[in-house]
Amino acid sequence: MQGFPAPDLHARTVGHNDEGGHALAMSGTTADPRLIAARAVPKKALRMSWSDPRFRAIFWQIVIVGIVALIVWYLIGNTNRNLAARHIATGFAFLGRVAGIPIGESLIQYNPAIDTFGRALVIGILNTLKVAVIGVVLATILGTLVGVGRLSSNWLLSKITAVYVETLRDIPLLLQLLFWYALLEALPAPRQALHIGSLIFLCNRGIRVPELVWESADTWALVAFLVGAAGTWLWNRYARQRQEATGRRPAVWPVALLLLIALPLAVWGLLGAPTAVELPVLHGFNFQGGGVISPEYFTLLLGLVLYTATYISEIVRSGIQAVSLGQWEAGGALGLGRGAVLRRIVLPQALRVIVPPMTSQYLNLTKNSSLAIYIGYQDVMSIANTTLNQTGQAIEGIAYIMAVYLTISLSISLFMNWYNARIALVER
Amino acid sequence: MSQTTVDQVTEPGYTAARDRPPTGTTGPWGWARANLFSSWWSTAVTLLLGYLILRFAVSFVAWALINAVWTVPFSPQGVPNTAVCQNAKGIGACWAILPDKYRLILLGRYPYDQQWRPAICVVLFVTLYGISAMRQFWRKELVLIWIGTLGAVGVLMWGGVLGMPLVTEDQWGGLPITLILATFGLAAAFPLSVLVALGRRSTSLPAVKMLCVLYVELIRGVPLVAVLFMASVMFPLFMPDGVNIDKLLRAQVAFILFTGAYLAEVVRGGLQSLPKGQAEAADALGLSYWKKTGFIILPQALRMVIPPLVNTFIGSFKDTSLVLIIGLFDLLTMGTVALSDPPWQSFSTEVYLTLAVIYFVFCFAMSKYSRGLERELARAHRR
Repeated sequence: MQGFPAPDLHARTVGHNDEGGHALAMSGTTADPRLIAARAVPKKALRMSWSDPRFRAIFWQIVIVGIVALIVWYLIGNTNRNLAARHIATGFAFLGRVAGIPIGESLIQYNPAIDTFGRALVIGILNTLKVAVIGVVLATILGTLVGVGRLSSNWLLSKITAVYVETLRDIPLLLQLLFWYALLEALPAPRQALHIGSLIFLCNRGIRVPELVWESADTWALVAFLVGAAGTWLWNRYARQRQEATGRRPAVWPVALLLLIALPLAVWGLLGAPTAVELPVLHGFNFQGGGVISPEYFTLLLGLVLYTATYISEIVRSGIQAVSLGQWEAGGALGLGRGAVLRRIVLPQALRVIVPPMTSQYLNLTKNSSLAIYIGYQDVMSIANTTLNQTGQAIEGIAYIMAVYLTISLSISLFMNWYNARIALVER
Repeated sequence: MSQTTVDQVTEPGYTAARDRPPTGTTGPWGWARANLFSSWWSTAVTLLLGYLILRFAVSFVAWALINAVWTVPFSPQGVPNTAVCQNAKGIGACWAILPDKYRLILLGRYPYDQQWRPAICVVLFVTLYGISAMRQFWRKELVLIWIGTLGAVGVLMWGGVLGMPLVTEDQWGGLPITLILATFGLAAAFPLSVLVALGRRSTSLPAVKMLCVLYVELIRGVPLVAVLFMASVMFPLFMPDGVNIDKLLRAQVAFILFTGAYLAEVVRGGLQSLPKGQAEAADALGLSYWKKTGFIILPQALRMVIPPLVNTFIGSFKDTSLVLIIGLFDLLTMGTVALSDPPWQSFSTEVYLTLAVIYFVFCFAMSKYSRGLERELARAHRR
């Protein structure tokens, strides 16, 4: 309609409601200005009378906000009096004091004798992120497998996955965590540890795995991989532009293979290909060397993944079922293979159904990681709790907990909203 | 995978010999061929899973039934002698802990001779759920039934009247605490959530809408542990001097605020799913806001949200287990208390499995009901 000046008659019928008329006036057609003026809602001055809905709205807002403000003011007043009575000074000065909290596992250097509360709280955040990020990835993989398994034509597989989902979903996560933790604690002592080929040891002190000794060659290989990933992304973008311009898409996978695998391997090989691996060795009453996965971390991860995967599997299942069988058949009729139909036709449609509820499951997993406090894994909640008990800074501790979880929640929401907008159906 | 079974059924040439079904496509063998061994991939999965399940089932039955210890001798002082159980550890379960501790786990430290009172409360709660599930009771009278039952529970638990001695909250425990937290939480959170959902949908009251959004998003952004923690740490600071709120009430308020935020989103979903014409028609009839909401909007919207509402209730029923952190003696906490008794210390698996069964029975029944209802409502809606 943009190029053609619409005839007046048309303007009248289309502009039946206010919006239509407005849009036409905007696009510069020959709508009668008097008509628009007549249709506009007459602006009335606010009357100070109960019969004016706007007056009532303002009145009720003032009343409700006022009541809430009064309650908040009352609580703050009480809190200030209580804090004064207990001689607690508010403020974040305690962050700079030496913490003295022993912390079992941490991604950064920490020494309770010299490091501050601030550093301890940062470790809490890192530990929460460590379990949440890995948990989300593993739960997605397991949940997808289970969801697909439940739709399998194999009766045994679909029944087993159904039993798994129905059972674990209806038992509180905390009970599951305590159960797994008790089982892990009942494992034999390091001397009688269960082991897989003398490489991986399972005992009541956790899981010991061989660890690669990290050398500069590994760092450079990682850098090469990141450069390769950036290059692949650029090539993919170029390929899409070519496809849009010419209809022919340059092959992406050979470039990806070269940049993502061959390049890092070449860098690693050129720098001497170090393959030193540190094995866990029994030394006295415990193992020395190798990587260690603490029983607390393992329990929390296991519990979160098994529990969240039940919900994710249901989401995946309903997402796949939401795509009608006709889509598969139509894709086949166009001559596409099963894999291509899945990738290009079914999955993009299923994802639209899957992504929004998946976001809330990721959020749930992250929030549920706070159950760490019950089994002694030192996450945000646990370290904040200890800090709060030692310093008496209740308000600051709570503010820290709220701030951390709200930030994580909002970040996940924002990212998933962005992703959802990207894959959403674009209509006109 | 479903493709292959379809192909088999519609194989050409199959219709010609129609008189008798070909051998191997009917009966148990045919069923197994179609559902367990339809391809080499399916066969491999069946064999692997079958092997794992059999192995697990055999060892579980041996542990839980065949080699299990059902009773242990008690010393004259009532201390159990668990040597038999210790010997059987790893081979057989020690179910003897249950007859010794089941009343402690289920009913907590309630005075022993008065334990019929919490037991009746549990029955009352279950009856209340049953009545609420029946559609012929979905009327205004249901509110009265809820108020009456919850009042009766309060009287029974506290006592102090009708010749029942007073029992204070710190002696309550076990299943009644779990049910009280979940049910009272729902009962109080529901009206709150309806108001918040209406506030959030409001177009004429932007300030109220902002308050509602702030409340819902703040609570939904933090874990329940943090809310409980806040309740236990901040409440004493919020209260004026000399006013002391006990732990149960603190946890209950935390639960109400937490459940309220989630329920508000559920109710909002129901409000959004209602066609706009309903509200417009009510406006055209000249109904006031509250008449429109009470007679037209809510009866339809709330009916639609019953299944997700039940799901929220299941969630909050499971979440009651988190009150362990503020030292309230719910079902799970009582389990850990029973396990802290020195003779029974190493038999956590048995207790946790028992607790899991109790939670499972409640949650599974509710989720089964909610799914059935969802289907039924969807059907009614389509028609």
